[in-house]
Amino acid sequence: MNDAAIQSLDAFLQKVPYVRFLGMRVELAGDEMTAVLPFSQHLIGNPMLPAIHGGVIGAFLELTALAQLSLAQPAQRVPKTVDITIEYLRSGRAQDTYARAILRKVGRRVANVQVEAWQDSRAQPIAGLTGHFLLRNEPRT
Amino acid sequence: MSDFDTAPLPERMLMAPHADALGMRLVSIEKGRGVMTTPWREELVGDPETGVIASGVVTALIDHTCGLAINSAIGEPMPIATLDLRIDYLRPAAPRTGITAEAHAYRLTRTIGFVRAEAWDVDRGDLVATAQAAFMLNTRTQPLKVG
Repeated sequence: MNDAAIQSLDAFLQKVPYVRFLGMRVELAGDEMTAVLPFSQHLIGNPMLPAIHGGVIGAFLELTALAQLSLAQPAQRVPKTVDITIEYLRSGRAQDTYARAILRKVGRRVANVQVEAWQDSRAQPIAGLTGHFLLRNEPRT
Repeated sequence: MSDFDTAPLPERMLMAPHADALGMRLVSIEKGRGVMTTPWREELVGDPETGVIASGVVTALIDHTCGLAINSAIGEPMPIATLDLRIDYLRPAAPRTGITAEAHAYRLTRTIGFVRAEAWDVDRGDLVATAQAAFMLNTRTQPLKVG
Protein backbone atom coordinates (compact mmCIF):
# COMPACT_ATOMS: atom_id res chain seq x y z
CA MET A 1 0.00 0.00 0.00
CA ASN A 2 1.45 3.35 -0.91
CA ASP A 3 0.61 6.94 -0.13
CA ALA A 4 -0.54 7.55 -3.67
CA ALA A 5 -3.21 4.84 -3.33
CA ILE A 6 -4.65 6.27 -0.13
CA GLN A 7 -4.48 9.80 -1.46
CA SER A 8 -6.34 8.87 -4.60
CA LEU A 9 -8.87 7.00 -2.48
CA ASP A 10 -9.44 9.93 -0.17
CA ALA A 11 -9.65 12.31 -3.11
CA PHE A 12 -12.22 10.03 -4.72
CA LEU A 13 -14.27 9.80 -1.51
CA GLN A 14 -14.30 13.54 -1.04
CA LYS A 15 -15.63 13.92 -4.59
CA VAL A 16 -18.79 12.02 -3.63
CA PRO A 17 -21.33 14.53 -2.30
CA TYR A 18 -23.03 11.98 -0.03
CA VAL A 19 -19.69 11.11 1.66
CA ARG A 20 -19.22 14.79 2.48
CA PHE A 21 -22.84 14.98 3.64
CA LEU A 22 -22.15 12.20 6.18
CA GLY A 23 -18.72 13.65 7.05
CA MET A 24 -16.96 10.30 6.54
CA ARG A 25 -13.22 9.97 5.91
CA VAL A 26 -10.65 7.17 5.77
CA GLU A 27 -7.29 6.73 7.49
CA LEU A 28 -4.47 4.35 6.73
CA ALA A 29 -2.12 2.71 9.24
CA GLY A 30 0.37 0.57 7.38
CA ASP A 31 -1.79 -1.44 5.03
CA GLU A 32 -4.89 -1.25 7.23
CA MET A 33 -7.64 1.15 6.29
CA THR A 34 -9.95 2.50 8.96
CA ALA A 35 -13.03 4.49 8.02
CA VAL A 36 -14.07 7.24 10.44
CA LEU A 37 -17.51 8.76 10.86
CA PRO A 38 -17.19 11.74 13.21
CA PHE A 39 -20.32 12.25 15.26
CA SER A 40 -22.60 15.00 14.10
CA GLN A 41 -26.08 16.07 15.19
CA HIS A 42 -27.62 15.46 11.76
CA LEU A 43 -26.78 11.73 11.96
CA ILE A 44 -29.14 11.12 14.87
CA GLY A 45 -32.12 8.83 14.32
CA ASN A 46 -33.52 8.67 17.82
CA PRO A 47 -33.17 11.95 19.72
CA MET A 48 -34.34 10.39 22.99
CA LEU A 49 -31.42 8.01 23.51
CA PRO A 50 -29.74 9.70 21.53
CA ALA A 51 -28.63 7.18 18.90
CA ILE A 52 -27.19 7.40 15.40
CA HIS A 53 -29.72 6.49 12.69
CA GLY A 54 -29.54 2.83 11.68
CA GLY A 55 -29.57 3.89 8.05
CA VAL A 56 -26.49 6.05 8.62
CA ILE A 57 -24.64 3.11 10.12
CA GLY A 58 -25.66 0.92 7.20
CA ALA A 59 -24.55 3.54 4.69
CA PHE A 60 -21.23 4.03 6.52
CA LEU A 61 -20.57 0.25 6.48
CA GLU A 62 -21.40 0.03 2.77
CA LEU A 63 -19.15 2.97 1.92
CA THR A 64 -16.35 1.37 3.94
CA ALA A 65 -16.68 -1.80 1.84
CA LEU A 66 -16.57 0.24 -1.37
CA ALA A 67 -13.54 2.20 -0.14
CA GLN A 68 -11.67 -0.99 0.72
CA LEU A 69 -12.45 -2.40 -2.74
CA SER A 70 -11.30 0.84 -4.37
CA LEU A 71 -8.08 0.66 -2.41
CA ALA A 72 -7.47 -2.89 -3.60
CA GLN A 73 -8.21 -1.98 -7.22
CA PRO A 74 -7.29 1.68 -7.51
CA ALA A 75 -7.34 1.77 -11.31
CA GLN A 76 -10.87 0.44 -11.74
CA ARG A 77 -14.29 2.02 -11.54
CA VAL A 78 -15.99 1.90 -8.18
CA PRO A 79 -17.98 -1.36 -7.82
CA LYS A 80 -21.78 -1.45 -7.71
CA THR A 81 -23.56 -2.76 -4.65
CA VAL A 82 -25.57 -5.90 -5.40
CA ASP A 83 -26.90 -6.68 -1.92
CA ILE A 84 -26.09 -5.95 1.71
CA THR A 85 -27.11 -7.49 5.00
CA ILE A 86 -26.68 -5.26 8.02
CA GLU A 87 -26.73 -6.68 11.54
CA TYR A 88 -27.24 -4.24 14.38
CA LEU A 89 -25.58 -5.29 17.61
CA ARG A 90 -25.65 -2.22 19.85
CA SER A 91 -27.11 1.21 19.45
CA GLY A 92 -24.72 3.73 17.94
CA ARG A 93 -24.24 6.40 20.59
CA ALA A 94 -23.59 10.09 20.01
CA GLN A 95 -19.86 9.74 19.40
CA ASP A 96 -17.40 8.92 16.60
CA THR A 97 -17.76 5.57 14.82
CA TYR A 98 -15.03 3.51 13.12
CA ALA A 99 -15.17 0.66 10.63
CA ARG A 100 -12.86 -1.81 8.95
CA ALA A 101 -13.56 -4.09 6.02
CA ILE A 102 -12.28 -7.53 5.05
CA LEU A 103 -12.32 -8.61 1.43
CA ARG A 104 -13.36 -12.23 1.92
CA LYS A 105 -13.33 -13.00 -1.76
CA VAL A 106 -12.60 -10.90 -4.79
CA GLY A 107 -13.65 -12.91 -7.79
CA ARG A 108 -13.61 -12.00 -11.44
CA ARG A 109 -17.01 -10.31 -11.37
CA VAL A 110 -18.22 -10.22 -7.78
CA ALA A 111 -16.59 -9.51 -4.41
CA ASN A 112 -17.81 -10.58 -0.98
CA VAL A 113 -16.92 -8.05 1.72
CA GLN A 114 -17.46 -8.07 5.46
CA VAL A 115 -17.38 -4.87 7.52
CA GLU A 116 -17.57 -4.22 11.23
CA ALA A 117 -18.20 -0.91 13.00
CA TRP A 118 -17.34 0.02 16.56
CA GLN A 119 -17.13 3.03 18.86
CA ASP A 120 -15.26 2.71 22.18
CA SER A 121 -13.95 -0.79 21.78
CA ARG A 122 -13.32 -2.82 18.67
CA ALA A 123 -14.12 -5.95 20.68
CA GLN A 124 -17.69 -4.63 21.11
CA PRO A 125 -18.86 -3.92 17.56
CA ILE A 126 -22.07 -1.91 17.15
CA ALA A 127 -22.91 -3.30 13.70
CA GLY A 128 -21.72 -5.59 10.93
CA LEU A 129 -22.33 -5.83 7.20
CA THR A 130 -21.87 -8.54 4.62
CA GLY A 131 -22.28 -7.47 1.03
CA HIS A 132 -21.80 -8.50 -2.57
CA PHE A 133 -20.37 -5.98 -4.99
CA LEU A 134 -20.23 -6.10 -8.75
CA LEU A 135 -16.72 -5.39 -10.01
CA ARG A 136 -16.45 -3.25 -13.09
CA ASN A 137 -13.35 -4.07 -15.02
CA GLU A 138 -13.15 -0.76 -16.79
CA PRO A 139 -10.72 2.04 -16.09
CA ARG A 140 -11.80 4.77 -13.71
CA THR A 141 -12.65 7.98 -15.51
CA MET B 1 -37.15 17.47 21.21
CA SER B 2 -38.81 17.03 24.61
CA ASP B 3 -42.16 16.21 23.01
CA PHE B 4 -40.67 13.50 20.77
CA ASP B 5 -42.33 10.73 22.77
CA THR B 6 -45.78 12.26 22.85
CA ALA B 7 -45.97 13.60 19.29
CA PRO B 8 -48.29 11.78 16.84
CA LEU B 9 -46.44 9.01 15.03
CA PRO B 10 -46.01 10.67 11.60
CA GLU B 11 -44.60 13.81 13.18
CA ARG B 12 -42.37 11.78 15.45
CA MET B 13 -40.90 9.88 12.52
CA LEU B 14 -40.07 13.18 10.84
CA MET B 15 -38.52 14.66 13.99
CA ALA B 16 -35.51 12.36 13.80
CA PRO B 17 -32.69 14.76 12.89
CA HIS B 18 -31.36 12.45 10.17
CA ALA B 19 -34.80 12.06 8.55
CA ASP B 20 -34.97 15.83 8.49
CA ALA B 21 -31.42 16.14 7.11
CA LEU B 22 -32.31 13.75 4.27
CA GLY B 23 -35.46 15.76 3.53
CA MET B 24 -37.71 12.73 4.17
CA ARG B 25 -41.41 13.29 3.78
CA LEU B 26 -44.36 11.17 4.79
CA VAL B 27 -46.49 10.07 1.84
CA SER B 28 -49.04 7.83 3.54
CA ILE B 29 -49.57 5.74 6.63
CA GLU B 30 -52.07 3.03 7.55
CA LYS B 31 -52.01 0.17 10.03
CA GLY B 32 -48.87 -1.87 9.36
CA ARG B 33 -47.91 0.10 6.26
CA GLY B 34 -46.07 3.29 5.55
CA VAL B 35 -44.75 5.18 2.53
CA MET B 36 -42.01 7.81 2.72
CA THR B 37 -40.04 9.70 0.11
CA THR B 38 -36.70 11.51 -0.15
CA PRO B 39 -36.47 14.10 -2.94
CA TRP B 40 -33.25 14.25 -4.95
CA ARG B 41 -30.71 16.89 -4.15
CA GLU B 42 -27.06 17.45 -5.03
CA GLU B 43 -25.74 16.67 -1.51
CA LEU B 44 -27.18 13.15 -1.60
CA VAL B 45 -25.49 12.06 -4.81
CA GLY B 46 -23.42 8.86 -4.62
CA ASP B 47 -22.05 8.88 -8.15
CA PRO B 48 -20.90 12.34 -9.23
CA GLU B 49 -20.52 11.14 -12.83
CA THR B 50 -24.20 10.32 -13.23
CA GLY B 51 -25.93 12.31 -10.47
CA VAL B 52 -27.57 9.13 -9.11
CA ILE B 53 -28.62 9.31 -5.45
CA ALA B 54 -26.38 7.31 -3.04
CA SER B 55 -27.46 3.80 -2.10
CA GLY B 56 -26.90 4.84 1.53
CA VAL B 57 -29.84 7.22 1.18
CA VAL B 58 -31.98 4.30 0.00
CA THR B 59 -30.78 2.29 3.02
CA ALA B 60 -31.68 5.06 5.48
CA LEU B 61 -35.07 5.68 3.85
CA ILE B 62 -35.93 1.96 3.90
CA ASP B 63 -34.82 1.57 7.53
CA HIS B 64 -36.88 4.57 8.56
CA THR B 65 -39.97 3.51 6.60
CA CYS B 66 -39.75 0.01 8.12
CA GLY B 67 -39.76 1.62 11.58
CA LEU B 68 -42.82 3.65 10.60
CA ALA B 69 -44.66 0.50 9.43
CA ILE B 70 -43.85 -1.34 12.69
CA ASN B 71 -44.93 1.60 14.84
CA SER B 72 -48.18 1.98 12.91
CA ALA B 73 -48.84 -1.75 13.25
CA ILE B 74 -48.40 -1.56 17.02
CA GLY B 75 -50.63 1.48 17.19
CA GLU B 76 -48.90 3.05 20.16
CA PRO B 77 -45.51 4.70 20.60
CA MET B 78 -42.92 2.08 21.44
CA PRO B 79 -39.15 2.19 21.12
CA ILE B 80 -37.88 -0.34 18.58
CA ALA B 81 -34.46 -1.36 17.30
CA THR B 82 -33.42 -2.82 13.96
CA LEU B 83 -31.95 -6.31 14.36
CA ASP B 84 -31.06 -6.84 10.74
CA LEU B 85 -31.79 -5.37 7.38
CA ARG B 86 -31.11 -6.97 4.02
CA ILE B 87 -31.34 -4.89 0.88
CA ASP B 88 -31.14 -6.06 -2.73
CA TYR B 89 -30.22 -3.27 -5.12
CA LEU B 90 -32.05 -4.29 -8.27
CA ARG B 91 -30.85 -1.44 -10.46
CA PRO B 92 -29.42 2.06 -10.07
CA ALA B 93 -31.95 4.83 -9.60
CA ALA B 94 -32.49 7.28 -12.45
CA PRO B 95 -30.13 10.29 -12.38
CA ARG B 96 -31.29 13.32 -10.42
CA THR B 97 -34.36 11.47 -9.12
CA GLY B 98 -35.61 10.98 -5.57
CA ILE B 99 -36.58 7.69 -3.92
CA THR B 100 -39.85 6.48 -2.44
CA ALA B 101 -40.12 3.47 -0.13
CA GLU B 102 -43.09 1.44 1.07
CA ALA B 103 -42.80 -0.89 4.05
CA HIS B 104 -45.21 -3.54 5.28
CA ALA B 105 -44.98 -4.92 8.80
CA TYR B 106 -46.56 -8.29 8.07
CA ARG B 107 -45.97 -10.13 11.32
CA LEU B 108 -45.57 -8.99 14.91
CA THR B 109 -44.81 -11.15 17.90
CA ARG B 110 -44.45 -9.87 21.46
CA THR B 111 -40.75 -9.18 20.93
CA ILE B 112 -40.08 -9.15 17.18
CA GLY B 113 -41.53 -7.40 14.14
CA PHE B 114 -40.96 -8.62 10.57
CA VAL B 115 -41.06 -6.14 7.72
CA ARG B 116 -40.72 -6.15 3.95
CA ALA B 117 -40.01 -3.04 1.96
CA GLU B 118 -39.73 -1.91 -1.64
CA ALA B 119 -38.20 1.23 -3.09
CA TRP B 120 -38.61 2.88 -6.48
CA ASP B 121 -37.66 6.09 -8.21
CA VAL B 122 -40.31 6.91 -10.83
CA ASP B 123 -42.66 3.98 -11.29
CA ARG B 124 -44.06 1.93 -8.39
CA GLY B 125 -43.88 -1.14 -10.64
CA ASP B 126 -40.21 -0.68 -11.54
CA LEU B 127 -38.32 -1.17 -8.27
CA VAL B 128 -34.77 -0.06 -7.50
CA ALA B 129 -34.51 -2.07 -4.25
CA THR B 130 -36.28 -4.66 -2.13
CA ALA B 131 -35.63 -5.25 1.54
CA GLN B 132 -36.41 -7.53 4.44
CA ALA B 133 -35.91 -6.56 8.08
CA ALA B 134 -36.47 -7.76 11.63
CA PHE B 135 -36.95 -5.37 14.53
CA MET B 136 -36.86 -5.86 18.27
CA LEU B 137 -39.94 -4.34 19.88
CA ASN B 138 -40.30 -2.36 23.09
CA THR B 139 -36.60 -1.94 23.67
CA ARG B 140 -37.32 0.31 26.63
CA THR B 141 -38.06 -2.70 28.86
CA GLN B 142 -34.47 -3.80 28.26
CA PRO B 143 -31.81 -2.13 30.36
CA LEU B 144 -30.08 0.41 28.16
CA LYS B 145 -26.66 -0.94 27.36
CA VAL B 146 -23.94 1.56 28.01
CA GLY B 147 -20.40 0.74 26.94
